[in-house]
Amino acid sequence: MPKSEDVAMFMQPVFNNIQFLFPKEFQPDGFLKQSADEPFSERVIEFLNAWSQQLNKEDQIRDYPDVATFAFFCRRANVVHLKNHHHNPQTLRIGRGMVFHIAPSNVPVNFAYSLVAGLLAGNFNVVRVPSKDFAQVDLILNSLQKIAATSDFTDIVQRILLVKYDRQNQATAYFSLVCDVRIIWGGDDTIAQIRQNQLPARSFDVTFADRYSFSAVNADKFIVEDQPLKVAQNFYNDTYLFDQNACSAPHLMVWLGNETNVAKSKEVFWKSLEQVVHQKYHLQPVIAIDKLTALYFQASQMDSIHLEPFRDNNLWRVQLDTLPQNIDEFRCAGGYFSEFHAQTLDEIIPIVNRKYQTMAFYGFDKEQLEAWIRKSKPVGIDRIVPIGRTSDFSLLWDGYDLIETLSRNCDILAK
Amino acid sequence: MNLEEYISIPPYSLDKSQKEVLLNNLLRDLTLHHYHTCVEYRKMLDAVGFDPNQPFSYQHLPFLPVRLFKMLDLKSIPDSEVAKTMTSSGTTGQAVSKIYLDRDTAASQTKVLTKIVSSFIGKQRVPMLIIDSESVVKDRRLFSARGAGILGFSMFGTQRVFALNNQMELDVEAVAAFLLKNQGGPVFMFGFTFMVWQHFYKELIKQNIHFDLSKAVLIHGGGWKKLAHESVSSEIFKQKLFESTGIQHVHDYYGMVEQTGSIYMECGEGHLHAPIFSDVIIRRYTDFSEASIGEKGIIQVVSVLPKSYPGHSLLTEDEGILLGEDDCRCGRKGKYFKIIGRLKNAEIRGCSDVYATRF
Repeated sequence: MPKSEDVAMFMQPVFNNIQFLFPKEFQPDGFLKQSADEPFSERVIEFLNAWSQQLNKEDQIRDYPDVATFAFFCRRANVVHLKNHHHNPQTLRIGRGMVFHIAPSNVPVNFAYSLVAGLLAGNFNVVRVPSKDFAQVDLILNSLQKIAATSDFTDIVQRILLVKYDRQNQATAYFSLVCDVRIIWGGDDTIAQIRQNQLPARSFDVTFADRYSFSAVNADKFIVEDQPLKVAQNFYNDTYLFDQNACSAPHLMVWLGNETNVAKSKEVFWKSLEQVVHQKYHLQPVIAIDKLTALYFQASQMDSIHLEPFRDNNLWRVQLDTLPQNIDEFRCAGGYFSEFHAQTLDEIIPIVNRKYQTMAFYGFDKEQLEAWIRKSKPVGIDRIVPIGRTSDFSLLWDGYDLIETLSRNCDILAK
Repeated sequence: MNLEEYISIPPYSLDKSQKEVLLNNLLRDLTLHHYHTCVEYRKMLDAVGFDPNQPFSYQHLPFLPVRLFKMLDLKSIPDSEVAKTMTSSGTTGQAVSKIYLDRDTAASQTKVLTKIVSSFIGKQRVPMLIIDSESVVKDRRLFSARGAGILGFSMFGTQRVFALNNQMELDVEAVAAFLLKNQGGPVFMFGFTFMVWQHFYKELIKQNIHFDLSKAVLIHGGGWKKLAHESVSSEIFKQKLFESTGIQHVHDYYGMVEQTGSIYMECGEGHLHAPIFSDVIIRRYTDFSEASIGEKGIIQVVSVLPKSYPGHSLLTEDEGILLGEDDCRCGRKGKYFKIIGRLKNAEIRGCSDVYATRF
């Protein structure tokens, strides 16, 4: 257990190198002595709704669909809906205290979702925002400052501390020593590095590590889809919108259904996607080289793969005859897909390892998917969502129920 | 025509149609050779559906990204025949390219380099001033593309003198003594572009020294990235050096460890030239189709030399522009082009750092 001297020792020199984005000044004593709150408190719900409204007033929000989605997430109707799903009034739950969030360095909006989960679970929060500059971060920050200045949410905003600092900074060590839960978003290396900073004995890490995601499409259903372009549009949002680099972005496309339907569906699906990509995607030149490198590397390590003839470097598809165990190691950003025709969903199970996060599906029903998971019990796959919904934030993330994880259950035994 | 015979042809003497026929033959042979001796290469060609047994012209030959040589040990010879392994000078911490050479390939690299360079500085070996520190060649830990470049070009010089001491400071006395000794005669200078500018030219200015290099030929390479930050273009580089030392013959070259030997030299018009042993194809990043003259694109390089490793057709990470073919005012045949620079790293949107560590 760290002693208070250890913590005190850090104070001044550390703080000099931290950029306090919100609030501008940090009073450690006041901040750290705050108490936890019940999950989904009415004040937090009110605050989030006000924040959502404030965000929607910003002109710039139109340029950033990811911020608009965040604003939509925070509105009262959605949060109340979440409360009904995640909060059991029969149990007595209280936040854990201070949650230290280390946001991913290259996705702009995740820091805000992480913060909202921390607030909703009843905690006060230190959030390290991405060190890179993002307009989305500024937009969210400005709106937060406006609410803090104009409305009376002092009791809530004082539970938020947004900081920015570079990797080498001692701030991670300091905030780790005083937090109850540390949430780390990042690649495996980042997590290992951050874990070198000691936590208090009862504190723990929630890690959102590097993951792999795939898609499964039932061609027998897709063949009769009357809006294939819409499906392609949704798939575009799952993949190209973040350069296929979000953990939830599919890299592998598994087709199911009979031979004829699969052949036809493939053609329609990829043609439609090509159309969407052509309109919206801006390929960076070096990504073309990345794809060629990925393809040849994959070819050198696997037997009999082949590249489907392509219209341009925006969309490359690699056909697989078999589904190799390590297919998750062969991926590339910016529109590179391995493709396989499976006879049954069960054929997918042997490749699924702990890295598997999201399965984006088309043409299966919930009972079927549930029965499949119950029967095969894979070590991975934390979410199964329709195509188009992979990047929707949910309070169930990477297999964690964030409200439960970030709060504790107080048990009272009495007559 | 075999490689030996081809190498004996003067490097800039063939026009487009002559060169194409000969390059096609040599590159087809090389492709078949690698296809049958390097299993990874065979799998790569199979993956893109390229059949080397069918006749093809070299413009259609698949090109391997140079980065692959950092990820894979690619060779077309048994381990016992590896005579030398060349490595690229990657930035600290990054993977380096490994290029495996056997005796034959290393020997033909030397022959071709000699052909190209002597067409610029003459067949006679002349006293050589190296704009670098001897430690780069001596200290094996520092041995890199820079060291290899210096050693490679050293065969064109006699009485080699290093212009910089181990602290990378200009050794004024050594240079002065060298020039005094060779007063009036031709000298050959070699160095990396940045070194020449930073540690030679700038020092001469700072210390107000005026050497007479009017009879010297300077060959330099290694790229303009660092100088671009200081807004020093090739023209400014040459102009300033001329003003300070009177040097008139300054030739940049473009080359890479993955295709040592068949380098691209800059002519008096300021254009980089493809010799008959190699060629550049500028490709559009959008679909890898061939770009037109004057259009910016990614540089593909082909060379008839790589026999011990499948590096005869490579996609670089450099951007360039083809300026013309067979009609440079300097009289050399073949394509001439210019380099724009290294492609920008991708701005990655996403939530993992796996990308950065993978490549």
